[in-house]
Formats: sequence, C-alpha cells, structure tokens
Amino acid sequence: MSDARAAPRVPAWRVALAVVGKTAPVFLVLLILIAWITYLNPRFIEPTFFLNFLRRSAPLMILAAGQLFVVVSGGFDLSQGSLVTLTVLAGALLAFGDPANTWWVILVLYGIGLLVGVFNGAVTSYLRVPSFITTLGMLLTLKGLALLITGGAPRGALPPNFRAFGRAFIEDVPLLGRLPWAVIVLVVLSALFIYLFHTTVLGKQALAIGDNQRAAALAGIHVARVRITAFVMSSLSAVTAGIMLGGFSGVSINVGDGLELEAISAVVLGGAALLGGRGNMPAALAGALTLQALFTLLNFLGLPSPIRVTVQGAIIIGAVGYAAWRAVRAGQERGA
Amino acid sequence: MSAITAPTGRRARRWRVPIIWWLLLATFLIAWLLVSLYGRGNFVAASTLLNIVERATALGIVAVGQTFAILVGSLDLSVAYLISVTAVMASFIMQGDPSRVPLALVVVTAIGLTVGLINGLLVTKARINPLIATLGMGLILRGLLNASFQNFAGSVPESFQVLAYGSIGPIPVPLLLFAAVVAVGALVLARTRFGAHVYAVGGDRATARLSGIRSDRIVIGAHVVASLAAVITGLYLASRLRSGAPWIGPDGVYDLESIAAVVVGGTVLAGGRGGVLGTIAGVLIFAILDVMFNQLGIGSYTKQVLRGLIIIAAVAVYAYRSREVVG
Repeated sequence: MSDARAAPRVPAWRVALAVVGKTAPVFLVLLILIAWITYLNPRFIEPTFFLNFLRRSAPLMILAAGQLFVVVSGGFDLSQGSLVTLTVLAGALLAFGDPANTWWVILVLYGIGLLVGVFNGAVTSYLRVPSFITTLGMLLTLKGLALLITGGAPRGALPPNFRAFGRAFIEDVPLLGRLPWAVIVLVVLSALFIYLFHTTVLGKQALAIGDNQRAAALAGIHVARVRITAFVMSSLSAVTAGIMLGGFSGVSINVGDGLELEAISAVVLGGAALLGGRGNMPAALAGALTLQALFTLLNFLGLPSPIRVTVQGAIIIGAVGYAAWRAVRAGQERGA
Repeated sequence: MSAITAPTGRRARRWRVPIIWWLLLATFLIAWLLVSLYGRGNFVAASTLLNIVERATALGIVAVGQTFAILVGSLDLSVAYLISVTAVMASFIMQGDPSRVPLALVVVTAIGLTVGLINGLLVTKARINPLIATLGMGLILRGLLNASFQNFAGSVPESFQVLAYGSIGPIPVPLLLFAAVVAVGALVLARTRFGAHVYAVGGDRATARLSGIRSDRIVIGAHVVASLAAVITGLYLASRLRSGAPWIGPDGVYDLESIAAVVVGGTVLAGGRGGVLGTIAGVLIFAILDVMFNQLGIGSYTKQVLRGLIIIAAVAVYAYRSREVVG
C-alpha cells in the first residue's frame, strides 16, 4: 500500500499535492496534450472553450472517480456503462418531458444505482463471484432492462430542468464567461471524491483490501462493507454521469456503451494498479481528462474516426506499458 | 485474475468437474420441461438438438481458445474484433473464387498468429495487465478494420460454405469442426507438455518459473491459441454468412460471452484450474437457454436480462462453495 504515509489527519489539499508530485506522468502527459491542442487551436485555452472541454470531460471523470474505488479494492465494475444507459432511458421514460417530475425521477435513479451497487458488492463479497463476472452479468442485465422497459427505442423525453445538469450555463461570470453547471458539479464532486478517498478511512480500507484482502480482514476491516461501499460509489457515479450525458447528448440506446472500459482505462492511465492496492484520486481524474484531451486532439488532427480508435488503443497500451516499465525499474533501483 | 489463490486440494477437484455437467443436465431438463409445458415445438427433436449445437459452434470454438488464455491467468478481450478481421479479410481475399481460398487461409492464420504473439508479448515482456493489453489490441483492430471496410466485403465461394452448411453423411460439418476443436484443445491440455505447463503457470507463475518452465513462452503460446481459435470462429462465421462484415464479432459479444462461458464452465478466472470440457458445458448451457427462450417466445431483451442473472448465478453456485478470496 504505497499511500500509507498519508495519515487521515493531513488536510486533503496537502495530500493531493503530495500525490500529484509523486505521480507526475499523467499530469505531464495531460499538459503536453493541452499544449498541443492549444498550438493547433489557440482558442482552446480561452475560458469559454476550456470550460466547455471540462464539461464534455465531466461524465468520464466522474465515472473514473467511482471506478477507482472498485479498482483499488481489487475489482472491476463493468456495469457502469449499462447503468448510464439505463439512467438515461429510464429517466426519459419516467419523466416524460414534464419538469415537475425531474426531482423524484432523479431520486428514483439514484435508488436504482444504490441497488445495483449493493447487489454488485454483496454478490462479490458474500457469494464470492469474481467482480469481473458479477459486473459483466450486470452489464448484460441492465442493458437488457433498459431496452426492455423502452421496447428497444428511446421513449419519452428528459425535461429541460433535468437536462440542465449537462447543458445549462451560468452566463456572464466574471473572468470565466459562460460557466457550465456540469463544471460546477464536477468541481464539487471532485473535491468530495478526493476527500473521501484520501482523508477518510474508506479510501485507506479500500486500498488495504486491494493490497491484501486477508491481511485487511485480519486487521479488523469489515471487508464486505467496504467492498459494497466501493461498488455503491461506482454505481452512484454512473447515475451522475448518466444524468449529465442525458443532458448534453440526449436520449439514445447506446449512450453508455463502452464507457466502463474508458473509465477503467482512465483510472489505469492515472497510475492505479488493476487488481488493487495502488491508486489515487487526482491522478485518476487527470487520467480521464487526459483520455478526453486525447479524443479532442485526434479530432483536431482531422484523423478519420476509426483511426482515432486505433490510436486510442495504442496509447492505452503505451501508457500502461510505460508505467509497468517504470515500476520494474524503480524496483530494481531499490534492489527489490 | 486475482493474485491470491488458496489451494483447495483434492476434495475440491473431485466435485469441480461433475458440478458443471450436473448444471448442464439440470438446464437441459428444465428447458425440456418448460418447453413441453408452455412452448411450441418438440424440444428433444433432432432439429432442436442440432440447432443447439449450431448455436454453440461459433461461441464454443472461440471459448476453447479463451480457456487457454484464462488458464494461464490472462484473458483475451481482442477476440471479438479478431473474429471480424478474419471474416472480412477471408471473404475479401476469396472474392467468391475457390482458387483463392488457400491464400485467404494463409493470410488470416498469419494475422491470428501475429495478434496472439503481440498480445502475449505485451502481457509477458511489457508486463501490461492483460485486460488493458487485449482491450487496447481490440481497439487497434477495430479502428483499422472500420477504416478499411464499412460493409460486407467480398464473398466466400460455394465450396467454402461447406464449413457451415455441409454435412458428411448425417453429421453436419459445423458439428465436426466444433468436436475437432474441442478434442484438440482437450488433448493438448491433458496429454501434452504444453498443456501441463499451462496449468503450472496458471497455478503459480513464479513457482512454475522456478521449476524451470519458461512461463513467458507458455503465456504467449496460450494467447496464440486464443487468437487462432478466434480465427477459426471468424472463418466459420464468414462461411455461414457467405461474406464477412466488420460488425459480426462485436455484435456477437464474443469477447465477454466467451469469458463468461469459460468461467461458467468452472475455469477459475485467476487461472490454473478448469478445462476445455467445462467450457463446452458452459457454452451448451448458453445455447440451450437461447433455444429455450426462443421456443417459449421470450423477447430478446428479456433474454438478455435473464442471461446476465444466469451467468452470475451459475458462477455463484460453485464460487460460494470454494473458500477462495476473489476480487
């Protein structure tokens, strides 16, 4: 557990700073990508454009933050993408375009997310089904459920005040110009995630379980409870991302497809170890931002969209390979 | 894939092989009962049974290869797009001309070997987590494929369609192909040195290495087997559809479904225990359920919901009985 030195009493921002210093690569890559995009299109760095970029990144960043809790505890959550789809489709169906419905619909959606997370965590903990399989089954089930309740095509509509979370702006903010709601939500949630992960006992315990589950249990950690909480974080973040995506890309049956793998990629780009025990929140958030910046860059470079997918694959392999190479080299230097 | 595997000893091994066959039998009987009571058609008719086997063929072949990858403690998410690449390249090269079949076979085999080799090297030499390595490889294949082909490309000649539609005597060729792949897979695992090493490396890679097994080569070999199995599935699908299209692999969800079949069949995701026969039982369970749902007139969306829950339940049945720590 490499983050053990960050004791619970240290303020969040100092932990974040220390963590940033230690896991520089992803931040460096992010800076290079942003510089490159800015070189191609100088307006990218203007507040309005950059905030818009953050707005588009927000769902993936939130998904990655939730996924990180599961990944550091040694699991995967493959059901995130399907839960996003279900959130959008069920939201549209329940609200049916009436703004008066928005608030209870959002409550219901979070209730579904809570159930999904508890189910994933409980099945993995108590029935000892590997989370890869639990959440893979959940992926099929939730997608099927989303299609089932809508009959295979989007029905209903998301009311404007529901879509506001993804698409509304606060106009004429000093210095920033148009400030998207999504960015405000993103900032608040990022702070909350960093707080939960780095200064509360939850993050420490999740890391400990991922590092050595048996040792963690012997040390008195209630493994099942922490695990379930981690899956709940992941599912709730998927519902949040779904609400945002429903806002700016509208209702479609494949809105969430593949997002779970993007979130896992983002977390890994941020230096988290799959199978658990290592990871940190600011870097995971930066990993998601990096992935989004990469998509943006490939877009600006004018590559045909299939080639973008190829480059994305190569970059993910390259980044993780580089991290693995660094880990090996660091191990050799320590004489391990 | 979890790093920690508790040895479960002989007691565990004695029931592990049968239990999946009991599950298969139970599935079959329940399906028979339900279809007799509520469905249309006769469930035990030869046509239904053949239908089950035909449905199982495509998934079964790729799942045999996936079994090797999972047994060494890895997995392969790139098979779905490799299936597409194979089907499209084969039919594109053949262009309906029987004389070009050998060339097509050589090319797709070479592609399969290359992909498997790269996957294996990424996992072993570059020490990249197999999930990420093969996911990345799948994305690379997907991009290259979609950049070159958007629709059905070329066609396969009549003579090649024998693979999917022909029969030798009363036995359909797909059934023979399926049986052959299973037999080869099972024999390799049970009777060859490579097979024994696959189990050793999957059980504990470090111990295998210290025992003098070149574990990296075994992992690479397993990935090559997984890729070649995907190539065979791609050829079978091209033959069945009479042409190759870029979407046939991902549409069949062969990556995740083959992993699910392997794990439902009792192979441990962490590697080292399981085998091809269990995988086949897993694939047959899926196929039986598919046919049952069809005969009961259950819609495809409900089918998907149930299938997800069944995967979880099936794995839970024996996962619960082992005292393993899972991730």
